[in-house]
Amino acid sequence: MTAQDIGMLLVAVVGTASALLVVASRNVVHSALYLVIALLSVAATFLLLGAEFLAWAQVLVYVGAVVVLILFGLMLTRAPIGPTAQGNELGRALPMGVSIALFGFLATVIFLAYPTTDIALAPTTTAALGSVLYVHWAFPFMVLGFFLTVSLIGAIILARKEEGEGPDPYADAVTEVPVPAESDTTGDPTPVGR
Amino acid sequence: MQAVYPLVFSAALFCVGVYGVLSRRNAVLVLMSVELMLASVTINLVAFGAILGAGADPLLTGQVFALFVMAVAAAEVGVGLAIVLLLYRNRASVNIDDADLMKY
Repeated sequence: MTAQDIGMLLVAVVGTASALLVVASRNVVHSALYLVIALLSVAATFLLLGAEFLAWAQVLVYVGAVVVLILFGLMLTRAPIGPTAQGNELGRALPMGVSIALFGFLATVIFLAYPTTDIALAPTTTAALGSVLYVHWAFPFMVLGFFLTVSLIGAIILARKEEGEGPDPYADAVTEVPVPAESDTTGDPTPVGR
Repeated sequence: MQAVYPLVFSAALFCVGVYGVLSRRNAVLVLMSVELMLASVTINLVAFGAILGAGADPLLTGQVFALFVMAVAAAEVGVGLAIVLLLYRNRASVNIDDADLMKY
């Protein structure tokens, strides 16, 4: 058992535990903060696999941008910041059974396919990845940049407020806004004022 | 390092993401679970690239594809949050059970 093995086991335990807390936490903001730990452990896994550029890109893109975006989404939708109710028994037992069965299947396949395979630590320098990315993968890379631009413009257009579009959730907030009994969104979703 | 460690870690993250998508009702939490699943897929891509080794994979296909998945995930969370905001604006709720306009 090498130091790399021990580090990987540690990262895997921390990452799996924080991922479980993401989906099990009753407070959505706590979920977002546990997501930071889970994604950082993914970045640590990249480092242990020798992909240094990917690790830092993961930290920058996910922990830096995506989690902030999700926190903004939580604030803008005024999702119940605080404890939320859980679903009913079947609504929790069925997904748990499905995911445990899936994990059993995947773990069995992995252990059967790679019982003794060893990964040699061979760090890929950022320079090597860049020279491959900008020479062999140049066209897909540019398509990816174009795709990102298009999707972010699309997101802006989607989220922009249009003239007279849809009912105003604030107008009848006091009388309308039902509080579903069995949902994540009990709390106090009533948007008051503007 | 044993190859099973990163692969099993990735499988665990994926299954936790599946559980989150299926069980949670808050649309933003569902997006977070999808992020977990996409992150687990990137681990898989990098790990299989590392198992092959640089000799068999001179173009670093695994890492480049992981980079692409990362970018697509960023775009997905942007568009997804825009859709959630639109849902909130029209329904005053982010509960995915309330988005049943196309049911039946």
